[in-house]
Amino acid sequence: MYNYIQNLADNTLILGQRLAQWCGHGPFLEEDLALTNTSLDILGQAQMLLNLAAEIKGDGSTADDLAFLRDAIGFKNVILVEQPNGDFAHTMLRQYFMDVYHVHLYTILSGSSNQSLAEIAEKSLKEVTYHLERSQLWMQRLAHGTKESIDRLQNALNELWHYTHELFEESEELDDLVEQGIAADPIHLKIHWEADVKEWLASTALTIPKTGWKATGGLNGHHSEYLGLMLCEMQFLQRAYPDCEW
Amino acid sequence: MYSQGLRDSAAGDEPVELLAAFQARIDKEEKIEPRDWMPAAYRKTLIRQISQHAHSEIVGQLPEANWVTRAPTLKRKLILLAKIQDEAGHGLYLYSAAETLGESRKKMYDDLLSGKAKYSSIFNYPTLNWADIGAVGWLVDGAAIMNQVALCRTSYGPYSRSMVRICKEESFHQRQGYEIMVKMAHGTAQQKAMAQDAINRFWWPALMMFGPSDKDSPHSSQSMKWKIKRFSNDDLRQKFIDATVPQAEYLGLTIPDKHLKLDDATGSYTHGEIDWKEFVNVIKGNGPCNQQRMAARIKAHKDGAWVREAAEAYAKKLQNSKDNKKEVA
Repeated sequence: MYNYIQNLADNTLILGQRLAQWCGHGPFLEEDLALTNTSLDILGQAQMLLNLAAEIKGDGSTADDLAFLRDAIGFKNVILVEQPNGDFAHTMLRQYFMDVYHVHLYTILSGSSNQSLAEIAEKSLKEVTYHLERSQLWMQRLAHGTKESIDRLQNALNELWHYTHELFEESEELDDLVEQGIAADPIHLKIHWEADVKEWLASTALTIPKTGWKATGGLNGHHSEYLGLMLCEMQFLQRAYPDCEW
Repeated sequence: MYSQGLRDSAAGDEPVELLAAFQARIDKEEKIEPRDWMPAAYRKTLIRQISQHAHSEIVGQLPEANWVTRAPTLKRKLILLAKIQDEAGHGLYLYSAAETLGESRKKMYDDLLSGKAKYSSIFNYPTLNWADIGAVGWLVDGAAIMNQVALCRTSYGPYSRSMVRICKEESFHQRQGYEIMVKMAHGTAQQKAMAQDAINRFWWPALMMFGPSDKDSPHSSQSMKWKIKRFSNDDLRQKFIDATVPQAEYLGLTIPDKHLKLDDATGSYTHGEIDWKEFVNVIKGNGPCNQQRMAARIKAHKDGAWVREAAEAYAKKLQNSKDNKKEVA
C-alpha cells in the first residue's frame, strides 16, 4: 500500500511544484491567481497523502522527509506531471488530463476500505471537481479560440498524449489493493478517463498523435531528466542545511 | 461605468461652493463615494495612489515567488503560496477601487509596463536567502500595515473598504514572516547568519517604504487636508521603528543602524539618516532589480497575449451563437 499512496502523493507534489512555477507569471491577473490557487490545493493534497504514506512507512519519517529527502528513484509519480510547464496550452492540457483523472480517482477512493484514504479523497474531490470545471473551460476556449490557440493546443497534445498511458498502468501489487477495496481499478479509470477526454476531443478539430511510443517507468522510479532538476530546486535548503527547523 | 462620477470640472475652474461643500464633507468624516462630485485633483491623486498600490501588490509577487519552489518544508510552501495569492488578490481589489474613479485597468496596467507608473521601491530589492522571505513578511508587510491601517480611515469609500479587508490579511502575512524569523534567528548558526543578513539588507529599504521625509513630500499636505492620508510619512515611519526594534531584540538580531537609540524622555527611538539618494535612485529605476522585475511583468503580459485573445475570441463566438439562436426563436 505504501507504493500506491506514494504514487498518488508524488503525482500531486510534483504537479503542484510545477504549477507553483507560474506564480507571478500568469497570462493575466485572474489566471495568475487561479494557477497559484490550483497549485495550493494540489500541494495540500500532497501533504495529506504524504502524511498517510509516512504513517504507513512507520519508521519515524515525516511527510517533509519524504518530500525533501528522497532522490529521484524514490519518487513514484507519473512522468506526465514532471514535464515542463511549456506555454499555457501545455500547462492547461496537462492540468485537464490530471483533473479528469483525479475526479474519477477520488470519486472511487471516497469509498475506499482504507478510512484515511477515503477521507483524503472525499476532501480532495471537492477541489478537483472545481479544477476540472476550470480546465474544461480552458480546453473549450483554446480549442475554439484563435488559429494560434488551436495550433498551440495541438502541439501540446502531440507532446503530452504519450505520457497519459502511465496513469493506468497495472501491477500485481495494485491488483491486490483493488481486490481489498483500497485502491481504484486502473482499467476502470482508463475507460472513464478516455471516454471523457475523447468526447471532448471529438468536439474539436484536434487529433490524437499516432506513434507507438508510450512513456513508462515513473512508477518504478525511472523518470525523465526533468525530475532530478526539479528536486535540486525543491530540496535545496533541506540538503544544504540538514537537520534544521524551518 | 460610473460616468456620473466624472462630471467634475478640470482643476482650477471648479466652483468655490462645490469645493467648500466637498471639504465640509471631508471634515465631517463622511466617506466620498464614486458617484459623488469630487475635485479633479482629488480624483487624480487617488488614481495615482491606488494604482501605485495595486502595481506594488502585483510586482511584489515576484520576490516572494522567487522562493516558492525552494521553500524548505511543505507547510512553508503552502503558507507562502497562500500569501502570494493574497497579494495578487489585493492587486485585484485595488485595481477595482481605482476603476470606480473612471480609470480602466488596461490603462493603469499599460502605464506600469511602460514605466510611467511607479510601484513600491522595496520590490526592487532581491530575495537572496530563505530568511529574506521572513524579513519580507516581518519588515515589508509590517511597514505596509502601518500605512494601510491608517488608510482604513481614508476619505474615499472604496479605497477605505478595500483596506479593511487587506489589513486583515496583511497582519497574517506579518505574523508568518516573523515566525520564519524566529525559527531562523533561534536556529543553527548558519540560519542565524541568514537572518542577520536579511535584516542587514531589508532594514533601510523598509524604512524608505514610508516615502520621503515630510519636508520633501510633495503630495502630503493636500492629501492630509483631504484625509486621503491620515498621518505623515515621518510619523508612520517612527511608529514602525518603535514597534519593530523590540521585536529585533527578541530575535537577538542587530539592526544595522549604529545611531539607533532609545530616547527615554519620549519612549521613541532616534535613528540614523536614511540614504535618500538610494531611495531616489531606486524610484528612478536604478535599483538592483528594477530591470528584472519589469522584464518579468512585460514577458508575462506578452506571453499571455495569445491566451487573452483566444478567450476573447471564444467569448465572442459564444455570444454570436446565442444571438443567432435568439433570432431564430
